[in-house]
Amino acid sequence: MATLWGGLLRLGSLLSLSCLALFVLLLAQLSDAAKNFEDVRCKCICPPYKENSGHIYNKNISQKDCDCLHVVEPMPVRGPDVEAYCLRCECKYEERSSVTIKVKDISLVNLYLRSTSIHDHEQLDHQPFANAHDVLARSRSRANVLNKVEYAQQRWKLQVQEQRKSVFDRHVVLS
Amino acid sequence: MVLWSIILCAMDNRGFRQGSFSSFQNSSSDEDLMDIPGTAMDFSMRDDVPPLDREVEEDKSYNGGGIGSSNRIMDFLEEPIPGVGTYDDFNTIDWVREKSRDRDRHREITNKSKESTWALIHSVSDAFSGWLLMLLIGLLSGSLAGLIDISAHWMTDLKEGICTGGFWFNHEHCCWNSEHVTFEERDKCPEWNSWSQLIISTDEGAFAYIVNYFMYVLWALLFAFLAVSLVKVFAPYACGSGIPEIKTILSGFIIRGYLGKWTLVIKTITLVLAVSSGLSLGKEGPLVHVACCCGNILCHCFNKYRKNEAKRREVLSAAAAAGVSVAFGAPIGGVLFSLEEVSYYFPLKTLWRSFFAALVAAFTLRSINPFGNSRLVLFYVEFHTPWHLFELVPFILLGIFGGLWGALFIRTNIAWCRKRKTTQLGKYPVIEVLVVTAITAVLAFPNEYTRMSTSELISELFNDCGLLDSSKLCDYENRFNTSKGGELPDRPAGVGVYSAMWQLALTLILKIVITIFTFGMKIPSGLFIPSMAVGAIAGRLLGVGMEQLAYYHQEWTVFNSWCSQGADCITPGLYAMVGAAACLGGVTRMTVSLVVIMFELTGGLEYIVPLMAAAMTSKWVADALGREGIYDAHIRLNGYPFLEAKEEFAHKTLAMDVMKPRRNDPLLTVLTQDSMTVEDVETIISETTYSGFPVVVSRESQRLVGFVLRRDLIISIENARKKQDGVVSTSIIYFTEHSPPLPPYTPPTLKLRNILDLSPFTVTDLTPMEIVVDIFRKLGLRQCLVTHNGRLLGIITKKDVLKHIAQMANQDPDSILFN
Repeated sequence: MATLWGGLLRLGSLLSLSCLALFVLLLAQLSDAAKNFEDVRCKCICPPYKENSGHIYNKNISQKDCDCLHVVEPMPVRGPDVEAYCLRCECKYEERSSVTIKVKDISLVNLYLRSTSIHDHEQLDHQPFANAHDVLARSRSRANVLNKVEYAQQRWKLQVQEQRKSVFDRHVVLS
Repeated sequence: MVLWSIILCAMDNRGFRQGSFSSFQNSSSDEDLMDIPGTAMDFSMRDDVPPLDREVEEDKSYNGGGIGSSNRIMDFLEEPIPGVGTYDDFNTIDWVREKSRDRDRHREITNKSKESTWALIHSVSDAFSGWLLMLLIGLLSGSLAGLIDISAHWMTDLKEGICTGGFWFNHEHCCWNSEHVTFEERDKCPEWNSWSQLIISTDEGAFAYIVNYFMYVLWALLFAFLAVSLVKVFAPYACGSGIPEIKTILSGFIIRGYLGKWTLVIKTITLVLAVSSGLSLGKEGPLVHVACCCGNILCHCFNKYRKNEAKRREVLSAAAAAGVSVAFGAPIGGVLFSLEEVSYYFPLKTLWRSFFAALVAAFTLRSINPFGNSRLVLFYVEFHTPWHLFELVPFILLGIFGGLWGALFIRTNIAWCRKRKTTQLGKYPVIEVLVVTAITAVLAFPNEYTRMSTSELISELFNDCGLLDSSKLCDYENRFNTSKGGELPDRPAGVGVYSAMWQLALTLILKIVITIFTFGMKIPSGLFIPSMAVGAIAGRLLGVGMEQLAYYHQEWTVFNSWCSQGADCITPGLYAMVGAAACLGGVTRMTVSLVVIMFELTGGLEYIVPLMAAAMTSKWVADALGREGIYDAHIRLNGYPFLEAKEEFAHKTLAMDVMKPRRNDPLLTVLTQDSMTVEDVETIISETTYSGFPVVVSRESQRLVGFVLRRDLIISIENARKKQDGVVSTSIIYFTEHSPPLPPYTPPTLKLRNILDLSPFTVTDLTPMEIVVDIFRKLGLRQCLVTHNGRLLGIITKKDVLKHIAQMANQDPDSILFN
């Protein structure tokens, strides 16, 4: 019964956080709809040639068409100079995922929020038997869920205190 | 998707555990019916039970008791007590016991698989579970590494400005689609506003510079403060690089919480913050820690790995390989790094699985990498110009520089960390981090090469200058008529190159000094990137020097015979790469893994000879100046019980010189097999701090029966006092098969045979210590009993062995803290 409750609680928290994440993502998408960010481009860098200064050309074009003739518009030189001009240009095909970049912010926040909810439930399974005397004390406390959550929180606080003592005070681990 | 599976498995593992316990119980109840406890025995033979008289069930018992030894005859109360067979914090595991436990579990599953189809499916899924676990680890580490990468890129640029076209874009992506990027100023676009533009609406002038400076330092301090506060409040184990502790954990040590969920979350977040704050640290070492945390957490989903510490360490080795693989984009290098640097026991089966995990991680990272071009490696090197034989001389010089720098860094860093451990400096971690960040930020802003992130710096240094590169480092004078695209001849340096050289020299000095104080602070910090940066700067300086020398002195025989006129002779980018490899090798003393990582970064075998020459030279020079790499030095500084597997023990001492008790100490504390009461045992436990006690037949004979662990004794006695009827302080504890004969009206006895290890390792007192050290290393022992003419004389623990080795090497034996 207790496991069922624990599982339901965890499911509920995860669902709520995922909803939050989705909502923020939707919001970001809406704000972005007005902008014109495309995620693929062909970038051609052309150095100075005769009287033309150097220029950078971008165009949203497929990879097979990514070369000087398709991207450089309008062509600044005429006739036979075009070939000489294009030989100097370097064209590269690039793509990116702006959605992933947006999502990473949300993921970081999500991670932070999840950590505060997960630690309540998972600490019980995760660090059993750190102390021999705790072993039997644990198996006895089959109280209800709220007690369990509070108990887990207490244990977690104690553990962090112990860790803090070893690392910061006694300098025993992680100099 | 990955997160869902984690949640599901976390919900399942309770059910798993109970299920497996009940299966053990069933098997024991079958055996119970076969024997009748308490029947008459031949008491005259009680002292010395000859092997032929053992009951048939004894064959089924395996070394070390523990949970699964329920084939014992006992009354119905016998069930595996939770906690027996687990370990205390800061203790070493018993490799032999864990391995034999796994063998038994496997044997049982194989035997049962013939019974029903369900059991067959269970055995197949058990075999498959290892691969599934590797897949999950690869997916999770790859995703986390991608998250860290993207966030770090964004937050680093946040110190300089913000993108008004979408605040989540960093500088490069903000200007990605802008139409206002010019050829001369490729970095500027109107969508990206620096802080001075946002605050005082202009980017020119002294005041704007001051505003930018101030905001840069402010953001750096904010990030660093947030990082160190999170570490201090939520997960103190998340600081540092993590590799020394993981090395110790993989050799059998237990640090509870070090690879836990909280540590994972906090390490991820604070790593991003620490890297973004502009400090001279890298994220490769902490990524190994993150990957191992993922491995540890995912182990809880699988019964086979959750309960067995030895199997878990195999998984952690593979996870470490995945960690390095995502850090560099080099899967093979990751596996070799795990094999060479991090792991202690590396069975061949783990090799294939580690490679699988590393590949999955690398491809996951590639698939979520938003930076396009599907590039897998961290510093992509695109040139393939050949190198010349005379260039081996400067490469070896770079190797010597790398070795010298490595030895210097290790010595100074360890001295500084020791100061942090022992003096007042260690009491103010937050202030220390803030001060170091402030100094780094204030000194870094004026110089453009220190202002940019270290990874970007290394990329730029590795880059060979093409015709269209506009950075200062590529400001060569183009005095030639034809331009054949990629191949450019050696050119004289322009003004930009000279000023870049000055700035790079200053960067070199700053990085050398500040990294010593940064590594080891209470925030996640790695040192791969800073070492590579130092080496890359030195290499590039030397490379540009050589290039200009070749251009201005083409008449020298050296250049005349090897370089052709008007062709590309020296590639400074290659020198930077070789320098980076040399410095990294000098600090960490990596050999094969370093060369493989570097050659995976270049995507070709043509530079393997220079890399190997530099790596070997730097290792030899650094070894001549100091025995240990940085990670081993930190292990020794912290006093972890790590038995170095690579060094030979070359002294002629014997086992009796090392064993305890020493000549003037009280006699060895032993338990007798059937004449001690519960009270006696409890007194011994409370008066001593030994982690285990030998069990002998009687105090007079001192003939060895077995070895019992303190923790198991405590748990069993407490459990018996609560659960078993009639067990009181005067109850006799016995370790034999049957209860000793007792007068009537004595309280019921307590049988503790199931926690007794019946096959402890013994050596004679005249065994040379070389062999003893070898046994400890190869078998992973915690303690070894010493006998003389068949009688128990003393005990050697791992701590004693480590102290002895330290003494023999003239180091401080009291620095070994743990057992």
